[in-house]
This record gives sequence, C-alpha cells and structure tokens, in this order.
Amino acid sequence: MIKRIVDFFGDEAHARRRLRLFYLVLVLIVLADFVVPREHAEYLWERLPGWSAVYGFVSCVLLIFVSKFLGHQGGLMRREDYYD
Amino acid sequence: MIEFVHPALLFILGALPIPFLQGAIRKAYLLSIPVLAILAVLAMQPGSYGAAQFIGQDILIAKVDKLSIVFATVFTLMALIGMVYALHLTEAGQHVAAFVYVGSALGVVFAGDYLTLYLFWEGMAFASAYLVFAQGGEKAIRAAFRYLMVHVTGGVVLLGGIVLHGLASGSFLFGPIGVGMGPGTYLILAGFLLNAAVPPLNAWLTDAYPEATVTGAVFMSAFTTKTAVYVLARAYPGTELLVWLGTAMALYGVVYAVLENDCRRLLAYHIVSQVGYMVAGVGIGTELAVNGATSHAFAHILYKALLFMGAGAVIYVTGRRKLTELGGLYRTMPITVALYMIGAFAISAFPFFSGFVTKSMVVAAAGEDHRALVMLALTMASSGTFLHTGLKLPYYMFFGTDRGLEAREPPGNMLVAMAMAATLCVAIGLFPRPLYALLPYPVDFEPYTGVHLTESLGVLMFTALGFVMFLKALDPENTISIDTDWFYRKGARAFMWFAERPLARYEKAVSDMSETAALPLLHGSARAGLRVDLNGVDAVVNGVAHAILDGGGVLRRLQTGVVTHYALAMIAGLIAAIAVFAVVWR
Repeated sequence: MIKRIVDFFGDEAHARRRLRLFYLVLVLIVLADFVVPREHAEYLWERLPGWSAVYGFVSCVLLIFVSKFLGHQGGLMRREDYYD
Repeated sequence: MIEFVHPALLFILGALPIPFLQGAIRKAYLLSIPVLAILAVLAMQPGSYGAAQFIGQDILIAKVDKLSIVFATVFTLMALIGMVYALHLTEAGQHVAAFVYVGSALGVVFAGDYLTLYLFWEGMAFASAYLVFAQGGEKAIRAAFRYLMVHVTGGVVLLGGIVLHGLASGSFLFGPIGVGMGPGTYLILAGFLLNAAVPPLNAWLTDAYPEATVTGAVFMSAFTTKTAVYVLARAYPGTELLVWLGTAMALYGVVYAVLENDCRRLLAYHIVSQVGYMVAGVGIGTELAVNGATSHAFAHILYKALLFMGAGAVIYVTGRRKLTELGGLYRTMPITVALYMIGAFAISAFPFFSGFVTKSMVVAAAGEDHRALVMLALTMASSGTFLHTGLKLPYYMFFGTDRGLEAREPPGNMLVAMAMAATLCVAIGLFPRPLYALLPYPVDFEPYTGVHLTESLGVLMFTALGFVMFLKALDPENTISIDTDWFYRKGARAFMWFAERPLARYEKAVSDMSETAALPLLHGSARAGLRVDLNGVDAVVNGVAHAILDGGGVLRRLQTGVVTHYALAMIAGLIAAIAVFAVVWR
C-alpha cells in the first residue's frame, strides 16, 4: 500500500493526474476559506477570505528569490573548498 | 511507592556497564534503561529533592514541577527511540556517550540550583561532542573540535554569569530571573542563547550536526537546543529581547535552508528556525505562549528526530549526503519515504500532525499579545519550513533525477524507531489533549477550528504551488554557505597566520640577530678577556711570584750560618754607617 502511494507521487506516469489533483485541492481550499465562520478575526487580513493562499504563495516566492539573491549576489554561497 | 528516582542517575550510572555487555544482552539492557527512566518520570511527584549545602551554598539536585516533567517525558521517550535507532551499532563508545548526554540533559531539566545546572550543562557539551568525534575523518574531527570549543566558551560565559548573579542576589537557586537584569543575568542569558543556537551564536549547530554519526545526529537534534529552551522558559519568560531574536531566527534558518545542499545541514537550519518559535514564545511570556513554546519543543523533538532518522537512513544506505548526488530513491526506499514525509508534515504544521497543534499556539499567542509583525513573520517561516523539509528535501533526495543509486530499506531497528516517532507525531496531532494536560499552565486553546484549518492549508498548499512553479530556481547547487562560523574559522586562520608569519618572523629575526651579531661579539669579548687574563694578569702574578721566589733564593744564599761571615758583614755595615754619617752629618 505504502509503495503504491509513494509511487503515485514519484512515477512520471502519474504526472498529469497528480497535477490535476493538486489544482483541485488548491481550488477547494480557497472555496472553503470563503465559507468558514470568522467570528474571532482580530486583524484586517484575517477577515479576507483567500488571504492565506496569497500570503503562502508570496512568502514562498519571496523566500526562494531573496535567499538565492543573498546566496549569489550577497556572497553567502561559496565553493565547497572555501575553508580548505 | 518511591516518589522520585532521578532519571539522570539512571542514564549516567547506567552507561557504566555498557562496554562489558555483548550481543542480545546489551541490546536488551540499552532499551531497559530508557524504559525505566520513562517509568521514573511517570511516577514522579512534584516537589524538591536532594537539598544540601555545598561550600556554604544551598544546593537542590532536583526540583520537580510541571515544566520539568513535560521536558523529562519527551527526553526519556526520545532516548528510547534514539536507542532503538542506534541498536545495530556494535561499538560501545557511542552508546555510552548517548547515555551520558541524555542523562546530563535530564540533570539540567531537574536542576534546582545553578551549580548543579552548570555541571550537567558541561556534561552535555562533552558527551555530545563525542558523537561528532566518533564519525572519524578529518572534517568531522575538525567540526567536533570547533563544536567543543564553542560550547566550552559558552560554558565559561555561563559560569561567569552564575558567579556574578549569585554574588548579586545571594542565592544560587535556579528560578525566574524577574525584573532585576544585571551583568550576571545577561551573561547567563548569553550562555543559554548559545545553546539555543540563536544567531549569531548558531553556527556551531549547522557546522557540527551534519558531521556527526548517523545515529549521533538524532540524539543531538533532540537535546541541546531543547534544554536551552527549557532553561529560557524557566528563567527568562517575558523577556522582550527573546521575541525579536526568536522571530529573526525563525526566518534566518529558513533563508539558509534555501541555499543548502547537504541534507542534514538543511535540517539543522530548520532546527534554528523551529527553535525560533520557541524562543519567541518564551519571550512573549504569556501563559498561552509558554505553553506553546513547551508543547512545540515536545513535538519538535519527535518530528525533528524522525527527519534526521530519515536523512540518516539515506546516508547509511547510500553513503551520500549531498542533494546534488541523490535522487530517485523512492523506488527502493518507499517505507523510509513515507515515514520521513510524516515528519515533514509534522514540522510543516499540517492539520492532523503534531506541529499543527503546537506551533499554532505560539502564533496565536503572538496574535493575542497584539504582535502582528511577529505573527506574520512566523507564518512566513512556516511556509519556508514546508518548502524545504516537506518539498525540496524529499523531492531532491527521494524523487527528482534518478541517479541509479543502489539502495534498499535501512536495518529493521532504524525503521522501527522511525515508526515509533511517526506514530507519536500523528497521535499528538489527532489527540492533542494528553499533551496539553502535561503543559505548565491550563490550556484553553482549540487548534481545530474551521478558519485555522483553511488558513493553514492555504499557506501550505500555495507554498507548494510556488514550489511547483519555481522548481528550477530551487535546484541544489554544489556550494557551501557562509554563516557566523566564518568569524572563528577565518579568525583562527588569521590568528595562525599572525602566529606563523609576523610573530614567527619577529622571533626568527631576534634569534638571527643574536646569532649573527650578539653571539660572536660575546664570544670575541670572552676570548679577549681570556687573553688578557692569561697574558696580562697571569703574567703579572707569575712574575711577582717568580721575583719573590728568586729573592728568597738570594736571601737563602746570604744566610750561610758561618759566624765570621756575619761578623764581617756587621763590621762592613758599621763602616758603611760611619761613612754615611761622616758624609751626611759633617
């Protein structure tokens, strides 16, 4: 059973189904965010449905590119023999 | 019914017979001690044990309350899981070190005074350093030495703080510092922050953990930083500085994780990030926040150990640790993949996994305390956590480009240990109440609300969307990243350069100078002195001596002993005297 699940996520043969399932989940999450009750919202963004999706995506993109920028342009990444 | 058996004693004394046991008996023994320790913690009653006097100070070997019990519970559980994972090892050294390490961590957790705490603190440093030394090879030994140096330095800072604090407050008992922050309390804080791997004092962790043995790293990921979280929660709750340090380190670890190529170093950066949540929680200091920090430490020990066990299994089987050299292992290691992913979901705070019910407490506490910025930063760090431990690392390690590596599932004991940790990660996520009941303050927090579920899933799954879209940008690169260990690694090199070049040259110049100029001069003057001595002084002395000797000879000849000669001489003398008188006195 475990092998079949792991294969579903690894095997190229399932790539299309995997991607479709993934987009379906994304849509469902955003839809669900519109219908859940929000009585304790303290901050402005907590009242906006779909906010977490936008924030998650923006965070991810920011982290990737800011880090890589620091690594390449900021000089954090060095050759492996840097300390030798 | 015995009220209190110190679990530290079980482990430290229990380490002694290990080298003398063999085979199945040793394996049974290795598992029985952690089991006994778990029972000892379960049977424990709150109170103070082992009060004594030492050099005129109050000593309290063990102080048991809810905060120490919750840490002791997870420490002993983790000791059992770690031992199962390490059961296949044949050499006794690592087992002994692991036992002393766990025992020392438990000693710190129960320490009622600073002197006891300090003793166990140092015990942890030395025992854990052995787990890096045991890996062998030049890189590991160098990293272990740096690790030891950093921790010994931190220990000295801590001891200095303890002495100053003790002198200022008149007591060495370990408890909340309160408002009176002085030089002593800041030094103690610095010592604690070093072990919590708070930047810029974090590099020892990411430097040493990837070099440790496969099984040693599992123990290391669990104890040192979490003991530091415990002492911070005990002594410094509500310290404003910690909120900002914790928030910064949550993001710091995530940023470095993007750049990492070594699988265990990537996980080590996520320890920095996750401990950031705990440090921030301690800093916020409300009941909810301290509960959050404590429960997150509990959950973190289990899922992080699971992640390190998964990465360790890959290293054990393939002998490779760089993401650029791994890939395609999912076909041969499906069980490892599945168990690793449970840890990944737990650290990413997916619903129904342990991180979800603990991390969200810290974030909610930040929200309740009106710290919007902290809340947003911690949420962003959550996104980064899933991006790396949940997506990037497994993708490049298990999926991605198939490099045709020969692999198989790791030994059974490793899988069992991973399964134990995975079970706990899921169990805590599904049934958080037993964990909440262990926490220091009463818990009035419901993680499973509709909006919390959709928000968490929104952040996480849209992070996954970012991952899918920008996969190419995340490709691991064959590099290392510069962290604050640069300062002491390059600093040591500069020191050695200074010692070898200017200092050694100066020394050589001085010795050359004395050899070429000063010494011949001294030799010459010594020779000249000798010559003066021989030819001058000796000649004078010898001459005088000869003259006296000769004079003596002449006198001897004059003394003939014949009376007529003397009479003749007297007459001659008389005549001479008269002649003189006659001439002079005329």
